[in-house]
Amino acid sequence: MIELVQTYWVYFLIGQYPNGPLGGLALTLVLASMGVALAFPVGLALGIARLSTRRAIRWPVTALVFVVRGTPLLMTVFWAYFFLPSVTGHRTDQFSTMLIALVVFDGVYIAEIVRAGILGVGRGQMEGALSLGLTNFQSLRLVILPQALRHMLPSLVNQFVSTIKETSLGYIIGLSEVASIATQINTQVFTRPAEVYAILGLSYFLLCFGLSQFAFRLEARRAGR
Amino acid sequence: MPSFEVSLLLRGPSHELLLSGFVLSLELAGLVLVFALPLAVIVALLRLAQNAPARWAGFAFVEGIRNVPLLAHMLFWYFGAPELLPQALKQRLYAGHVEEVSAVIALTLYTAAFMAEDVRSGIRAVPVVQTEAARALGLGFFATMRLVVLPQAFRVTVPPLISQTLNLWKNTSVATVIGVAEMMYQAAKVESATFRSAEAFAFATIAYLAVSLAVTGLATWYQRRLAAAAGVA
Repeated sequence: MIELVQTYWVYFLIGQYPNGPLGGLALTLVLASMGVALAFPVGLALGIARLSTRRAIRWPVTALVFVVRGTPLLMTVFWAYFFLPSVTGHRTDQFSTMLIALVVFDGVYIAEIVRAGILGVGRGQMEGALSLGLTNFQSLRLVILPQALRHMLPSLVNQFVSTIKETSLGYIIGLSEVASIATQINTQVFTRPAEVYAILGLSYFLLCFGLSQFAFRLEARRAGR
Repeated sequence: MPSFEVSLLLRGPSHELLLSGFVLSLELAGLVLVFALPLAVIVALLRLAQNAPARWAGFAFVEGIRNVPLLAHMLFWYFGAPELLPQALKQRLYAGHVEEVSAVIALTLYTAAFMAEDVRSGIRAVPVVQTEAARALGLGFFATMRLVVLPQAFRVTVPPLISQTLNLWKNTSVATVIGVAEMMYQAAKVESATFRSAEAFAFATIAYLAVSLAVTGLATWYQRRLAAAAGVA
C-alpha cells in the first residue's frame, strides 16, 4: 500500500495538472467549494421565495423543491447533461455540467435550511421590524437574516460535507475527480483494487470527518453561549 | 427539437426496459431495507453499550461509513472486495449477479449507518427511569431493551426512518455505476439507443418522484396518527 501511495500520490491529488486539466482530490475540492459558494445565493433566494406571501412566487418554487428533493442527484445531473447543450448551443464540458447540477441540487437543499432558519427566528422579530417602519426587504436584510444565518452555520458546513460526497457522481459523466482518478490508477496497477479503493475511501473519510467534527464544534459552541 | 413522444413510454421495447429498471430499483430498495433495519438496531445498541470497545466499534462503523460517498462504497464492494475472497468463492460470485450483490452490500451498510443514528436518538429519547424501573424489576439488558425501551423508542424513530427510506430509494440510482440495470441505468440505455432523452428522463423523474411522494405521504399519515394517539392519551 505504501508503494502504491508513493507512486501515485501526485496523480491522485491533482490529476494530470500542470500538463493537463486539473483533476483528482484538488478538482473534488474546487468543485465542492464552487458548488456551495454558488448554491448559497441560489438557496437564499429560493428559501425566501418559499416563504413569500405571493402565490405566484411561492408555488413554482415549492414545486421545484419537491421535484428536486424527490429525485436522485443523478437525475439532476442527467437533466443538466441533456438540457445545457440545447440552451447554450454548444457542448458543455463535464465540469460545468456537474457544477450546475450541484448548484441546483444544493440550492434546493440550502433553501430548506434557509427556510427553517428564518422560521426559527420568531414572528415577533418581523412584526417588530415592520412596526418600526422598515420595509419588508429591510426587515429581512437587517433583522431576520443576520439572526437566521447564525443558526444556519453548522448546517451549512454539513452541507459542504454532503457536497464533497456528491461530487463523486461526476465519475458517471466522466469528470476526472478523485473517484475517476482512483479508477484510472486501478486500471494501471490492475492487481490491487481493494487497496486502491480503500485509499480512496480513506481520503474522503479524512476530509469529511474532519469537516463534520468542525461543524459539531461550531454547534456545541453556539449551544454553550 | 423533436416532439415529445409519449407512446414510446407506454408500449414497446423502451417501455419494457424502463419498467424493468423501475421494478429492479424497487426490489433493490426493499431488499436493502430488510437487511439494513436490523443492522441499524444492532449498531445503535453497540453505540449505547456500557462496554467501551463496543461503543467504539459502533462509532467507527457509523462515522467510517457516513463520511465516504456511496459511490466509493459501490466501487470498493464491486471492484475491490471480491479480489480478497478465496478463488472458489470468487468464481461462484462472478457466475451469479455480482453487481447486484455488491450494490446490496454497499447500500445496506450505507443505509444502516444513517438509520443507526436515528434509532440511537430514538432510544435516548426514552427516559432513563424506564430502563431503571425495568432493571429494578429484574429484567436483563436485552429483555429491558426488547420489552420496555425499544417499543417506546420505535414510535419516535419511525418518522426519521421513513425519511432515511426515502434517501435509500434515491440512493439506489448510484448502483448504475457498477452496471446494475436499475431505473437510471435503463433510462440512460433507452436514451442512447433512441436519442429520446426527454422521454427517457421524464419517465425516470416521474417514477422516482411518484415513489418519493408516496413515502412522504406515509410519513405525514404516520405523524398525524401519532399526534392523534398522543391527544387521546
